[in-house]
Amino acid sequence: MQGMPVPTSSSSGSSSASGPTSGGSGQGGGFSQGGGRGPDRGPRKGGSGPGGGGRKQYFRRRKVCKFCEEKIDVIDYKDVRLVSQFVSDRGKILPRRLTGTCSPHQRLLTVAIKRARNLAFIPFASGF
Amino acid sequence: MRKYELIFIVRTDLPEEELGKLITQMEGVVTSHGGKVEKVEKMGRRRLAYRVQHQREGIYVLFVVEGSGETVKEFERRLKVNDAVIKYLSVRVDEELKRAEKAKAWRAEQAARKPRPRPSPSETPAIEAMG
Repeated sequence: MQGMPVPTSSSSGSSSASGPTSGGSGQGGGFSQGGGRGPDRGPRKGGSGPGGGGRKQYFRRRKVCKFCEEKIDVIDYKDVRLVSQFVSDRGKILPRRLTGTCSPHQRLLTVAIKRARNLAFIPFASGF
Repeated sequence: MRKYELIFIVRTDLPEEELGKLITQMEGVVTSHGGKVEKVEKMGRRRLAYRVQHQREGIYVLFVVEGSGETVKEFERRLKVNDAVIKYLSVRVDEELKRAEKAKAWRAEQAARKPRPRPSPSETPAIEAMG
């Protein structure tokens, strides 16, 4: 009886503490989904804490490709709002491991980003 | 016939009527070289992400054109000659559109086929368990 609540409370405490730091808010700053998930995850984790005690502290929701989700077949380089989500604030192309894009779409995306850079829609390198 | 997106950036200090003249001139270039203008769009004034020829802003103009490589070559030559044009990019899009059509067709087919393979997964594990 007494053994059960102790690990759950400790695991939920450590996960909520590590949530903001490892939640990728710094890593995926340019990616809107990554940013939105960080603060959202804290309260939900506390609620499900007693149920899912065995969860690892670095648990992360599986990312899915935005283009597959929204069924975007042609990535338009003129769509600045879309393309700039996949670029870091320094202007670098974000890797797939951060954005969750599938590899066929990442290939199309890199081409779109490079075209957008060439037309001064997004910077080659920004800041500092 | 191939489909191209020809996009160019014009300096903002160009008067409105000059811009109109340039656009009609470029339309003439396309039609006189065996091309067909599908769409002309003034995307308007936009802040540039970096300075181009000391300009911080530019007017974007998009042409969607059907034609041959020669059409595009002449189009680009004209843009290069014109001082008001600070940047341009030509992209061939017909193959990409074709690929997109294919992907869409594939997806439709998958959606239509979806209910069928459901019973098979329940059969296959049973066979594996036997072996």
